[in-house]
Amino acid sequence: MPLDWSAIRTDFPALALKVNDHPLVYLDSGASAQKPQCVIDSMVECMQSGYANVHRGLHYLSEKATSNYESARDAVQRILGAADPAEIVFGMNATSLINLVAHSYAAEYFGAGDTVLISAMEHHANIVPWQIAARRAGFDLGVIPLCVDGSLDQEVYRRLLRDHRVRLVAVTHTSNVLGTVNPIAEMTQAAHDVGAKILIDGCQGIVHQSVDVQSLDVDFYCGAGHKLYGPSGIGFLFGKAEILAEMPPMLGGGDMIDTVDYYQSTWALPPARFEPGTPPIIEAIGLKAAIEYIETIGLSEIFAREAELTVTLLEKLREIPSLHVHGDAEHRAGLVSFSLGSAHPYDVAQLLDQLGGVAVRAGHHCAMPLHNLLNIPHHATVRASLGLYNTREDIDRLCTTLRKAQRMLED
Amino acid sequence: MAYTLHDQAVIVRQNFEFLDSWEEKYQYIIDLGKSLSVMDESAKTEKNRVRGCMSQVWMCVERTQDGINLIADSDAVIVRGLIALVRNLVQGQPPDVVAGFDFIDFFQQLGLDRQLSPNRRNGLVAFVRHLQKSIN
Repeated sequence: MPLDWSAIRTDFPALALKVNDHPLVYLDSGASAQKPQCVIDSMVECMQSGYANVHRGLHYLSEKATSNYESARDAVQRILGAADPAEIVFGMNATSLINLVAHSYAAEYFGAGDTVLISAMEHHANIVPWQIAARRAGFDLGVIPLCVDGSLDQEVYRRLLRDHRVRLVAVTHTSNVLGTVNPIAEMTQAAHDVGAKILIDGCQGIVHQSVDVQSLDVDFYCGAGHKLYGPSGIGFLFGKAEILAEMPPMLGGGDMIDTVDYYQSTWALPPARFEPGTPPIIEAIGLKAAIEYIETIGLSEIFAREAELTVTLLEKLREIPSLHVHGDAEHRAGLVSFSLGSAHPYDVAQLLDQLGGVAVRAGHHCAMPLHNLLNIPHHATVRASLGLYNTREDIDRLCTTLRKAQRMLED
Repeated sequence: MAYTLHDQAVIVRQNFEFLDSWEEKYQYIIDLGKSLSVMDESAKTEKNRVRGCMSQVWMCVERTQDGINLIADSDAVIVRGLIALVRNLVQGQPPDVVAGFDFIDFFQQLGLDRQLSPNRRNGLVAFVRHLQKSIN
């Protein structure tokens, strides 16, 4: 039986909102997704009848909270296809976990003469931590360039791997600006061929396609709960067990130790080693509910529907005169950045919101170097990004409001 | 001087009341933005940039014998329109009157509250603060 997507839409209370007298059209899931009622309920229920600190008490509530918190780890293990839940580390967001790898792995083991490769399409979260770690440890940064269509230049990538002592490649699964889906399996193989590790920023990737870290053979893969219909305040990192085992902690505190005396301590095993202090308990439980929710709908059903809607979104946008879509890679996900003539993206986004109740993102999307590289007017774009709840009607309203905005803004 | 700052504020409010829909209000702001004279490129310096705005905003304000002379610009047309609204109010007015005027209340009365929200960061609040600070 085909899924009833309009019924699924009603699972998200925020989508019933009216914004500026229009029913909300939410096309900003790439920044953060709306939450289904079951996620909200799970967090409320945790606070009402399942809350205590985890990994500490021997009482009923602590055991219940710990068991729920740890089953969130199992849920992340499932959707990433990891072999062991101990390979999943929680943090406050994906950014904090990229920082963890940059400091506890790259800065710890790399030095002068070593190179970390990032790509031209990275989010600031996958650029700045490497810059900070590079300054600390003295390794070099290299950048994999773009092809004209917005894909990564694989030929230059291979040359960079050959010509430098590359120790780690840090690259996004899916560009948060261009929508490009990178060939992760091939890039991983190429990195491993020269003995380099690879970290995948999966914040956009895990939302739009199936991921199996074991068959991809990636060393690290991170994502954010809030983009996956879960709450903000929680991110997750997959790291291969043998790599996590050798990494020292970045932050010290409670729950990450084995033994402590006044002058020295020894570390707990991963993942606890990397989760100091009271973790985001309620957020983890919300994330678990979100993962169970999308599993119930079916990940392949969600991805297939999004792929269909992406085709429609691109077609309809391209019908608008003087609208230019940035990125034309063959493999792309459901997020589209564009310029509307010479209009400033902030003007366009404000009019979409005010005149159509359409939520999009406008700006550099935390990818300033990419906007500068592509010489995009105003160094900013408008981005419409899809979630599992979007419809053809949402795309229609985006496009009719865009045409209206265009008439108002044109000289 | 024909009008005081408060007279000007009343005129703008009355103009706004004639505009029924948000589309008309925004068209009015956009048209104001389009008609605002462009700031000389050489004046768009780091020193004249108003920080805290999502779009780029530059401001140059002088106290002259004839009152305040405000020259400002932005790369976004809605912000230019809001700048034009402010400029219509303050141009040629005595600095102490400009410094004491409640712009936030004025924009709230126009129904442009959301332009003031911290999330919007389009610089209206930063712009007005910068203006009032520069003439103090």
